[in-house]
Amino acid sequence: MADQEINGSAAAETTRDAPVFVPPTDIIETQSSLLMVLDVPGADPDSLDVTLDKRVLRIAARSASSHPEGYTLQHAEYRDGNYERSFVISEPVDAAKIEAVFKDGVLRLTLPKATPAPAAKIPVKAA
Amino acid sequence: MLAYQGNAGRWFDPLRQMRLMQHDMNRLMDSLRVTALPEFPLMNIWTGPDGAVITAEIPAVSPDDLEITVHQNTVALRGQRVAEPVGEGDILHRRERVAGAFARSLVLPFRVDGDKAAATFRNGLLRLDLPRPDADRPRKITVSRS
Repeated sequence: MADQEINGSAAAETTRDAPVFVPPTDIIETQSSLLMVLDVPGADPDSLDVTLDKRVLRIAARSASSHPEGYTLQHAEYRDGNYERSFVISEPVDAAKIEAVFKDGVLRLTLPKATPAPAAKIPVKAA
Repeated sequence: MLAYQGNAGRWFDPLRQMRLMQHDMNRLMDSLRVTALPEFPLMNIWTGPDGAVITAEIPAVSPDDLEITVHQNTVALRGQRVAEPVGEGDILHRRERVAGAFARSLVLPFRVDGDKAAATFRNGLLRLDLPRPDADRPRKITVSRS
């Protein structure tokens, strides 16, 4: 969604009438990898969707309903909804080795940096 | 005079800059919650005939680090969130998640049976079951004709 906004086209809308939240994120770059930590409390592990398309990493999740059966809501500070956020990854990463762990409402993504291809020596033929 | 060239070339593009700024502002506004921003954790309170259920969004806190106390009609919740450690030589690009100690206490309109209160934690969501003691429940009174 965010990328379309930058490109000037209309933002995609959701079919479900649920709010879309932007999960707060910590991003730490180490020597060998990029670590992203996202708060997605209440997210359904099955609905977690992480895709890397070219350089755009998109994270989407749907929160499972926390409605206890037989009870009515008296006071609300948070709502169930969707989580969505995308990042443009500025460094080359090894897409095959991306790890994603979901625990206690936190999604941890480890994106290993791609090792640069060794410099190739091109022999010059003298004609 | 400079002709507008769209996104081509390396010109400084004020329209694009403005669009990016607008996007940043939108993101800032989107992440604001209208109610109870400084409170952590965010809670929903549900009531029923048997008592109340409190659900709270507490991501990144292990259940062992949560301290929940129930005393008469007061429920207190405290714990700590640890900031993501940054090693030497690491670069911190973004730090948006809040960290630190938190505490909240709620006063309910009825007493809570502390022995039967239960807490479950799943996917960063805490659920507190706070039943009323049997002696304290509303009773139905049948009217007899004299």
